[in-house]
Amino acid sequence: MNTAPASTVYAIPHSLPLDSGQAIEGAQIAYQTYGTLAPDASNAVLVCHALTGDQYLASPHPITGKPGWWERMVGPGKPIDTDRHFVICANVIGSCMGSSGPASFAPDGQPYAMRFPVITVRDMVRALVALLDGLGIERLHAVVGGSMGGMQALSLAANWPERAARVLVIASTARHSAQNIAFHEVGRQAIMADPAWNEGDYYATEAKPDNGLAVARMAAHITYLSEAGLTEKFGRRMQDREAKGFGFDAEFQVESYLRYQGSGFTRRFDANSYLYITRAMDYFDLAEEHGGKLANAFAGTQARFCLISFDTDWLYPTAESRHIVHALNAAGAKVSFVELCAAHGHDSFLLEHEQLDRVVKGFIE
Amino acid sequence: MSHSVFPLRPDLAAIAAHVAPGSRVLDIGCGDGALMAELQSVSGCDARGMELDGALVERCVARGLSVVQGDANVDLAEYPDKAFDYAILSQTLQTATRPDLILDELLRVGRRAFVSFPNFAHWRTRTALLFGGRMPVTRALPVSWYETQNIHHVTVEDFRDLARIKGATIERAWFFANEQQIGAPAANWRAEFAVFELSR
Repeated sequence: MNTAPASTVYAIPHSLPLDSGQAIEGAQIAYQTYGTLAPDASNAVLVCHALTGDQYLASPHPITGKPGWWERMVGPGKPIDTDRHFVICANVIGSCMGSSGPASFAPDGQPYAMRFPVITVRDMVRALVALLDGLGIERLHAVVGGSMGGMQALSLAANWPERAARVLVIASTARHSAQNIAFHEVGRQAIMADPAWNEGDYYATEAKPDNGLAVARMAAHITYLSEAGLTEKFGRRMQDREAKGFGFDAEFQVESYLRYQGSGFTRRFDANSYLYITRAMDYFDLAEEHGGKLANAFAGTQARFCLISFDTDWLYPTAESRHIVHALNAAGAKVSFVELCAAHGHDSFLLEHEQLDRVVKGFIE
Repeated sequence: MSHSVFPLRPDLAAIAAHVAPGSRVLDIGCGDGALMAELQSVSGCDARGMELDGALVERCVARGLSVVQGDANVDLAEYPDKAFDYAILSQTLQTATRPDLILDELLRVGRRAFVSFPNFAHWRTRTALLFGGRMPVTRALPVSWYETQNIHHVTVEDFRDLARIKGATIERAWFFANEQQIGAPAANWRAEFAVFELSR
C-alpha cells in the first residue's frame, strides 16, 4: 500500500504546518512529471487529482496496470500537451500512493493510522506548493483539477495567488454541501462499522476493512454517475440469469457492477486515507476561509480562470460553478465558464468529451 | 490569439472604432467573440463576454477570450456597479425578456453603454406590413414571426423614448443601411440598424 514504485518522492525539508494547528514533520510527496521543464520554468502545469485519484495521471498505474486516469487529456499532442508543457501530478497528503498519510510510518516507526493529523484541502495545497518550491517553479502556467482537484486549484488560486497564471476548475465546488457531507458520512460509517477497521489500527493484521471500504466506494460511485447514464448502461437487466432468483446475490447488472467497483477499489486504496480525504473535502468552504465572502478569496487576483460544469452532474451541479463565477466576477477576475452537455454525470470530466477537450486546449494554450 | 479573417459587422465595427483604447469592456451576447477579439488585439482592451449559447462560449474560450455562459436577463445582476468602462449589447436588446431592465443593468455595470438593434421602422419593414399585411421578413429581420428570437421589436424613435424615460443621455448614434453607414436625418425611415452610445 505504501510502496508505489516508479514515483519520485520529494521530502519536504521543513515542518508542514496544518490548518488544525498541528504540523507534519518529514512529510513526503510522491509525484510524476511528464514533458520537459523550460529553462525559465515557465511551462509548468500542475494537475490536481480527485478523492481517489493519484499521481499516475498519464502513465500506467503500478497496482492496477490500467492507463493513467487522464491519459486521454494529457500527453503529446493532447489538450494538455506534454510536448509543450511540463506536467506535474502529485499524490495529495493523506492519500496512500507514496505521499504522507495514515498508512505512512510515524517517527516512532509505526504507521500513523488514526494518529495522522486531520488535514484540509488547503493543507494538501500547502504540500503541493512546497513541492513547487522544491522543483524551482515560481509560477505555474496553469493549475488544473476536476472534482477535489478543482477544490485544490481554487485553494491555490485563493491562498497563493501569485503561483498560477491560469486556473482551470472542472466539475467542482467552492464548498461541500450538506448532501455532499451526508454521502461522505455514509462512506465513513461503512468503513468504521467494519470490525476489521479496528479503530484504524489494521496495518499489521491480515484482515483489512475491505468490506467497509467497498461499500463506501459503492455509495460514492452512484453519486459520480447520472440516473440516465445508469439506466442506459444497465436498466433493470439481470446479471447471468433470466429470471429473479428470490435471493440476495447480485442479480441485477447494476448490483454486479457496483460490487466490482467496490472490490476493485480496495486493492488500490487505504480505508483510513478514505476517511481523511473525505473529511478534508467536507471541511472545504473557501468562503469561510476568507471572511465568509467568496469574492474576498479572489480579491486582486491576476490569474485567468475557467470553470466547466456538466449538466447531468448532481454531485457538484452547475449552480456551484456559477456561484464561483459570480464571486470571480465580483472580484473583477478574468473568468470563463461553460456548462457542457454530458450523459454521465460527475464522472464526465474523466470520459471522452470533444467539447471538453477543445475548451481545455483553448484555455491552457 | 486567433483573429477573425472576416471584417466585423458594421454595427460592431462602429462600436470597435469608438471604444477608448485600454478600456474595460463587457460584451453581452458576445457570440463568437469577434468584437472582443478586435477590442483586445487592436485597442488593448480588457474584454469580458457573456453568451447564452454554450457552443459559442466554447469557441470564445478556445480562442483565449474570457466569456461566461449566462443569460443577460438574470446574470448581469452579479456584476458590481460601474465594473466596466463600457457595456455592449449588440443585436440582443430585441431578444430580451425586459429590454427596459436590461438597459438599466447596462447603465449600472458600465459607465457607458453601446446598444445596437435592427430598426423595425425601416421603410422595408413598414411597406411589408402596410402592403403585405403580414409580419415582415426582410434582410435585417430574416426570420419568420413564429421562430424569431426577436420578441420585442423596437424602432429608432422607440429607443430614443426609452433612453429618455430611463434618464440616459444619448452621447452618439450611428445608422446603417445596405451595410453602409448613413446620416442621421430620417433615420427612423432609412436605417436598417442603429447603434447608440449612452451614459447616465
